[in-house]
Amino acid sequence: MPGAAERPLSPHLQIYRPMLTMMMSIVHRITGVALYFGTLLPVIWLLAAASSPEAFATVNGLLGSWIGLIILFGYSWALIHHALGGVRHFVWDFGHGFGPQARELLAKATIGGSVVLTVLLWIVIAVVKG
Amino acid sequence: MVQLTLPKNSQLVAGKVWPKPVGTNRLTEYRIYRWNPDDGKNPSVDTYYVDRDDCGPMVLDGLIYIKNKIDPTLTFRRSCREGICGSCAMNIDGTNTLACLKSMDDVSAKSVNVYPLPHMPVVKDLVPDLTQFYAQHASVEPWLHTQTPAPEREWRQGRGDREKLDGLYECILCACCSTSCPSYWWNGDRYLGPAALLQAYRWLIDSRDEATGDRLDDLEDPFRLYRCHTIMNCAKACPKGLNPAKAIAEIKKMMVERQF
Repeated sequence: MPGAAERPLSPHLQIYRPMLTMMMSIVHRITGVALYFGTLLPVIWLLAAASSPEAFATVNGLLGSWIGLIILFGYSWALIHHALGGVRHFVWDFGHGFGPQARELLAKATIGGSVVLTVLLWIVIAVVKG
Repeated sequence: MVQLTLPKNSQLVAGKVWPKPVGTNRLTEYRIYRWNPDDGKNPSVDTYYVDRDDCGPMVLDGLIYIKNKIDPTLTFRRSCREGICGSCAMNIDGTNTLACLKSMDDVSAKSVNVYPLPHMPVVKDLVPDLTQFYAQHASVEPWLHTQTPAPEREWRQGRGDREKLDGLYECILCACCSTSCPSYWWNGDRYLGPAALLQAYRWLIDSRDEATGDRLDDLEDPFRLYRCHTIMNCAKACPKGLNPAKAIAEIKKMMVERQF
């Protein structure tokens, strides 16, 4: 008889049906990691502003380009989504939002809310910039 | 540790398609995970056809039909066939549940896909090794701890305090919840998992138990308790409708509250 070491591991992620709350947990983790790098963008921008007008012009130009704006849009969504996810965790920390309906509602509110707020933010930016 | 793919000896290879029963039109296709410890091969997925006119309505009925009429080597655990023993816990149609409580008609995929409980060492076919799972349950010392001398008769408990145990004591330790949890998949050696933590909470809020502080001390650990990230697969999987995620949140609350 083979020992326990030779036993295969049963399939897990490969076969488990994606659950909304599970996907939200994964997205929360991914946005968290993305923020580590995304937060460098405003830092670089501020550093450039502090060092010289030429450096600022370069960085500002890069971030203001089409690619820069797309990256900034993604960064703002990740930030807002992760923040709303944090609010969701705050609700759970008080022992609420665990019921069959409540947990689905919270998940949908987080994803919906993050998309709506991100779009609103960029509309406001567009209006303010004129 | 997070390991998204299966180790080499666990990767699935093509399986056998077993002949259809003759003289019937009402067939349900089953795709079942197979692994035999004796033939040295990798696990595979075999295809079977169940005659619905000769078989009960539940997924477990289909498995018993296959074992009796098609392939006697198919190996799985079952006992009570009514959701109270927890033996026939397995992954059906992508989620963990009891085969005896899952109707074939409620399966959403074209075939009834059956795998052992996820991310567990497989003993044979649909039988996982639950040694560690039981050891984790034992580690929360799931019995009454007292210091005061035992009363002459039973330890008394009021109705209100007894009601606090509802939704906790019904756990049948089928392991559907723990093996549905990605945190348990990646850190099952150090994280206690939803089932053991639900039982830990069941004793933490028992009005008769006098070891609440010690029990909390034992759980206050980045892994044993706090690997729960509120993914909630556990609550969705529980075939008894219990909510381990909520119980774990209540333990976390007790950890905070005892500091004041």
